[in-house]
Amino acid sequence: MIYRIGIDVGGTNTDAVLIDQNNELMSKTKTPSTADVTSGILNAVHQILKSSHVDRNKIRFAMLGTTHCTNAIVERKRLCRVGVIRIAKPATMAVVPMVDWPEDLVSAVGENHYIIQGGHEFDGREISHLDESEIMACISELKGKVDAIAITSVFSPISSAHEMKVAEMIREKLGDIPLSLSHEIGSIGLLERENATILNAALHHVAKTTAQAFIKGLQQEGIQKAAIYFCQNDGTLMSIDYAMNYPILTVACGPTNSIRGASYLSGVDEAIVLDIGGTTSDVGVINKGFPRESSVAEEIGGVRTNFRMPDLISLGLGGGTIVTEHNGKIKVGPESVGYLITEEALVFGGKTLTTTDIAVRAGMASIGDSSRVSHLDEGFVQHVLGIIGNIFNEAVDKMKLSSDPMPLILVGGGGILVGDQLEGISEILRPDNYEVANAIGAAIAQVSGQVERVFSLSEMTREQALHQAKAIATEEAVKAGADPATVHIVEIEDVPLAYLPGNATRIRAKAAGDLKHQDS
Amino acid sequence: MKFIDLQDVEYIALGAALLGTGGGGDPHLGKLMAIQAIKQNGPVQLIDPDEVPDDASIVPTAMMGAPTVLIEKLANGEEILRAFNGIKKYAGKDIYATLPIEAGGVNSMIPISVAARTGIPLLDCDGMGRAFPELQMTSFHLWDVSATPMIIADEKGNTVIMESINNFWTETLARNICVTMGGSVMLSIYQMPGKVLKEACIRNTLSLSAKIGESILTARKKGKNPIKNLLEVTGGFELFKGKVIDVLRRTEGGFVRGEAQIEGIEDYRGKNLKVQFQNENLIAIRDEKIIASVPDLICIVNLDSAIPVTTEAIRYGHRVLVLSIPCDPKWRTPKGIETVGPRYFGYDVDYIPVEKLISEGGNHQ
Repeated sequence: MIYRIGIDVGGTNTDAVLIDQNNELMSKTKTPSTADVTSGILNAVHQILKSSHVDRNKIRFAMLGTTHCTNAIVERKRLCRVGVIRIAKPATMAVVPMVDWPEDLVSAVGENHYIIQGGHEFDGREISHLDESEIMACISELKGKVDAIAITSVFSPISSAHEMKVAEMIREKLGDIPLSLSHEIGSIGLLERENATILNAALHHVAKTTAQAFIKGLQQEGIQKAAIYFCQNDGTLMSIDYAMNYPILTVACGPTNSIRGASYLSGVDEAIVLDIGGTTSDVGVINKGFPRESSVAEEIGGVRTNFRMPDLISLGLGGGTIVTEHNGKIKVGPESVGYLITEEALVFGGKTLTTTDIAVRAGMASIGDSSRVSHLDEGFVQHVLGIIGNIFNEAVDKMKLSSDPMPLILVGGGGILVGDQLEGISEILRPDNYEVANAIGAAIAQVSGQVERVFSLSEMTREQALHQAKAIATEEAVKAGADPATVHIVEIEDVPLAYLPGNATRIRAKAAGDLKHQDS
Repeated sequence: MKFIDLQDVEYIALGAALLGTGGGGDPHLGKLMAIQAIKQNGPVQLIDPDEVPDDASIVPTAMMGAPTVLIEKLANGEEILRAFNGIKKYAGKDIYATLPIEAGGVNSMIPISVAARTGIPLLDCDGMGRAFPELQMTSFHLWDVSATPMIIADEKGNTVIMESINNFWTETLARNICVTMGGSVMLSIYQMPGKVLKEACIRNTLSLSAKIGESILTARKKGKNPIKNLLEVTGGFELFKGKVIDVLRRTEGGFVRGEAQIEGIEDYRGKNLKVQFQNENLIAIRDEKIIASVPDLICIVNLDSAIPVTTEAIRYGHRVLVLSIPCDPKWRTPKGIETVGPRYFGYDVDYIPVEKLISEGGNHQ
């Protein structure tokens, strides 16, 4: 028997689980997150090992979903100084790199940016040729001034040739300085992709030190033989080497792990996932076992990016949400007693009316002392439940892609707020071990590869284009560590480009597969 | 005298996106360019068409092409000035002011940056009062203003000067030149004297856009529902409230055509509405009866925030309000209807003004 460790670092708690090769849960823990993150992780690992007694040598995989990178961006700390090269001239001169970034973040990564000749048109033609002497001048100016370099070329999702050529020239001159190439990071939308690429470059040191600390910590616990993976925000894993190159992909992996874990625990891979916490709730969608991705630009630390993020609706409603009545008008949230619920809520002897008190009075849960809420008027309670139900119904409905009823997986401590049914929901599933759904999501993660490109259908048929996209996605998945035998396409879509004749279409494909087991 | 500052840019971009009736592109990039130009050069003077001397020359400035290309291959910034400056030779004099060719997320912003950078005033009017997909679909065309001589400029430094026999040829040739140049170009087009502008333009487009944007954003700031204000400001009619239950899309001749199906909520429970679009929303059909059609504006906005929803972004689950705003009377003339009425877009129905359709409960197809 071999084992895996899954760890998920959240804002409040760091959760860890140990599972065997049949995905049976061996032990679980919830420990407080720490300011340095790493010591919290090691503490959690220590806890699950202490309570399980498995042979350390049989632990072959360790999966880490962590907030290190997000925190570094938000706090503007430990970031690399980044040289920014945009290959585009004479296009794009109207808007220079990092123009709409917060000032403190710009000063953290430095203002070393260049726009040089090159880049491509939407149909793959060159906007202008690369100019080697211009590139050389740029490299010698960056030399010694920056820790990492971000390279973004216009329409690189269609042709990456110029990004690759510039990267090659930098390698020749500057050796192994970390490079981030935009076509590997984001999709169409130059500024957003460039932003994500710069952030990715800035995170290189954070990724490296996090990985080293994790490896060292595991060794201290006697775990020598585990392959180590980082969780990405699409619910799949990347190897340490891959994570060093693409640390930005770890941002927001927490909600994704929670959705994937909920799916696994309930055995359902097409469902709405409702995670109700103390203060807020997240509604997400699991589709063929993966979270649906957001289709709009997402901000990270005040910067617009367009790389994939889970599609979530966050609601200011949870188990600790405060309920008030003023002149006959009932208000539910968004204020919450938060983690003080066990002191503040009426059923716990407190003085604040919360949604949990309403649920207890309605007989939906038995928590605390129900006699403390028996004075609440039944009509009032039903009214509040109606408001809560409407909020959840609406959010759930917004996340559905069709009007057909779907199952809903309910996780999180605030699940008592939901009765037996919601509109448009075929059944409500409440799996066991839901409190560590996120760590389980980390432990069971697969490996994936993705591609998004514009194809010109005047040169090939739509079927050929789709086929090509699938092949690239599959290749990417294998590159990321997937077992080729298990890789399959989990998502494919094509969107025609507006206002242009010539039948250009944007195709997005994603493939995923199980981790390749290495023999020991 | 009125000046457009950074706050006004925010309002105009949002309001113009609404008047873009589902098309017209994402305002974010256009806004960045306009904001940069105003930061560097100061606020832009907004003037009424009546302030232009009859013999002065004015020219609309615009972007043409795919918004998807523009967000990837951003402009150089000089090409729009090349297009603008190039037209002087044909006007035989300096250009007095510029204006948008249409209301829309991108094209409301381009002339703001031109005005800021050249120091000329911006005119509070445009050629559509909304967005349309083709170059001849302007009120200037109705007044027999030639779209050419027209200057098309790309970011590489190429400039095409076009003279065509009519505005339909202008559209066909320019569309192909645009693709050859890389899918996103800048134009100066429909250069004309002030005297013609005063008759042919559609007035108050920018001040109306600003009012719309302001009503949406201030209501949101105050936590109020912006829909009532929006209807008042636009003089629009509420057609429907509902949830998008399906969106069908297909490509035809370089344009995305499709249909959004919306199921009624609140007062509209049990009813359904279909909005058919070709980049812009073309026709709204409520319970199998046409309730609004081009050239009247059909706008879809988020039910809670009143933020416009584009035809590229609309999808299942959106809760929306569909409103229709009567188009400018210029579009309701025989030539206007011939140019942009339902038949031009392939619908075998007569145009009936939205206010009449609403009072009669719709028109059977």
